[in-house]
Amino acid sequence: MRKVRLFYAMIYFIVLYLPIVLIIAFSFNDSVYIAFPLKAFTLRWYHAAMENQQLLSAFSNSMIIAVTTAILATFSGMLAAMATTRYRFRGRSLATVSLFVPLALPTVVTGVALLSIFMMTGLGLSLATVILGHLMICTPFSYGVLVSRFDGLSPDFERASMDLGEPPLATFFRVTLPLAMPGIVSSLLLTFTISFDEFILAFFLSSNSPTLPVFMWSQMRFPDRLPLVLALASVVIIVSSILIVISQRLRSKQA
Amino acid sequence: MSRRSNSPYFLLTPAMLTTVATLAICMVVLMVLAVARQSYLDIDLTFSTHNVELALTSPLILKLMVKSALISFGVTLLSLVLAYPIAYLLAFDLTRNKLLWLMLFTLPCWISYLLRVLSWKLILGYQGMINTSLMGLGIIDQPIEALLYNSTSVVIALTHAWAPFAILPIYVSLEKIDRSLIRASGDLSDTPMQTFFRVILPLSLPGVTAAFVLVFIPTFGDYVTPHLLGGPTGVMIGNFIAMQFGASNNWPLGAAVALLAMLVATLLVCIFIAGSRHAIKAIR
Repeated sequence: MRKVRLFYAMIYFIVLYLPIVLIIAFSFNDSVYIAFPLKAFTLRWYHAAMENQQLLSAFSNSMIIAVTTAILATFSGMLAAMATTRYRFRGRSLATVSLFVPLALPTVVTGVALLSIFMMTGLGLSLATVILGHLMICTPFSYGVLVSRFDGLSPDFERASMDLGEPPLATFFRVTLPLAMPGIVSSLLLTFTISFDEFILAFFLSSNSPTLPVFMWSQMRFPDRLPLVLALASVVIIVSSILIVISQRLRSKQA
Repeated sequence: MSRRSNSPYFLLTPAMLTTVATLAICMVVLMVLAVARQSYLDIDLTFSTHNVELALTSPLILKLMVKSALISFGVTLLSLVLAYPIAYLLAFDLTRNKLLWLMLFTLPCWISYLLRVLSWKLILGYQGMINTSLMGLGIIDQPIEALLYNSTSVVIALTHAWAPFAILPIYVSLEKIDRSLIRASGDLSDTPMQTFFRVILPLSLPGVTAAFVLVFIPTFGDYVTPHLLGGPTGVMIGNFIAMQFGASNNWPLGAAVALLAMLVATLLVCIFIAGSRHAIKAIR
């Protein structure tokens, strides 16, 4: 039975990664048509991608959104994780559960709801509206990562620091923060990747300053621009994978 | 750090504002919109049940809701069945590099969902991998058009995208099972099959349930996959909602259907959870 499972896992693994491998393979293919057999090797789609102004501005939009989202989500996730792991208070378990509620709704519902809020209040759409949308789905992940980090940290260190006369703020910066650092970096990388790759909320909330996924979506309608999308996709996939691997490794590091 | 103070509430405030509070406002706005009317480009906020009635009685919306539920249910069951052996392997068979393998099997979850859906076009498309390979092998003369733009392609792409998500919670619940219970079952002359159905499966049920919710909710409301791969017959309720806020420009109807879809998804999840609890009692 064990052999059957290993064999199955192998097939699963191949099928899991096959589409990703295809994207990368075709991004180096010297043909506008996405068809087998593969033609000669080329880097021209990558050159084309680097010279595309719309793409570059979409990239900078995505960077601004993802960096801001990662910092804000990690900050608020960290504070929330400290609250629920370091204190006993009324409503603690309710708070823990309710922080995950945004993940229990189809994104299209939250997307149209946020769009309605911004349009009906006259705030309009901007990079800030996408950030707000992304904070909603990234904060639960940040909280999840940091809760497990703080759970593994004994409060004794903090107590010792305070017993030795350090004020709370100094204790936070000199004891809590360094100990939680792997979790914080892990959360930053994870939320950055989620925000950078997120499409549905960005689609509804970005209006005329598209993010990279929204830009790719708009290019998919034109068959001749598909190779350019694939080149871009390959870069996004590789970079995302590296960030996630680092994030997960930091996460599994023992406190 | 005093143990009894208002500090935890202060600490929770930023996270609560961006999640729970924003979500609450979202729900209120959807409810207000759902009882409004679209008049050309403006929204008339005088109370009207027109769109709610339409959402509840329109045969088209009902049809899309049923189809979304069926597709999403099929995808979720497929995902659970496909993911379970992997979670089992990671929990029981592997002893070294467990976390590394777990990461490799779930890594694609975190990578752009849009791109993973797009990649299925390269496989199932007119000149995609399957068609060109079959033609190269001389099995078919011309490309099979039926591979793309129907509900089957939607099910394939969605299952591929979401099955890895199901591995994680199932793995966690399998990992938690006390190994002595499994040994005890064997010592009491249960066959491995009996041990699986009477001990392991019931004890991993919390993970299976979590995986169900994790896959069912997003696939039910998805509109990216049906849009890219579904063609005319693969449209789902998410496409309808997105369209009301886009080309069709009927936000109140969109809001009413969005609320309805949310309720239906939640209700179906609750039914599944109740059903699985019942099933486990029956097995035991």
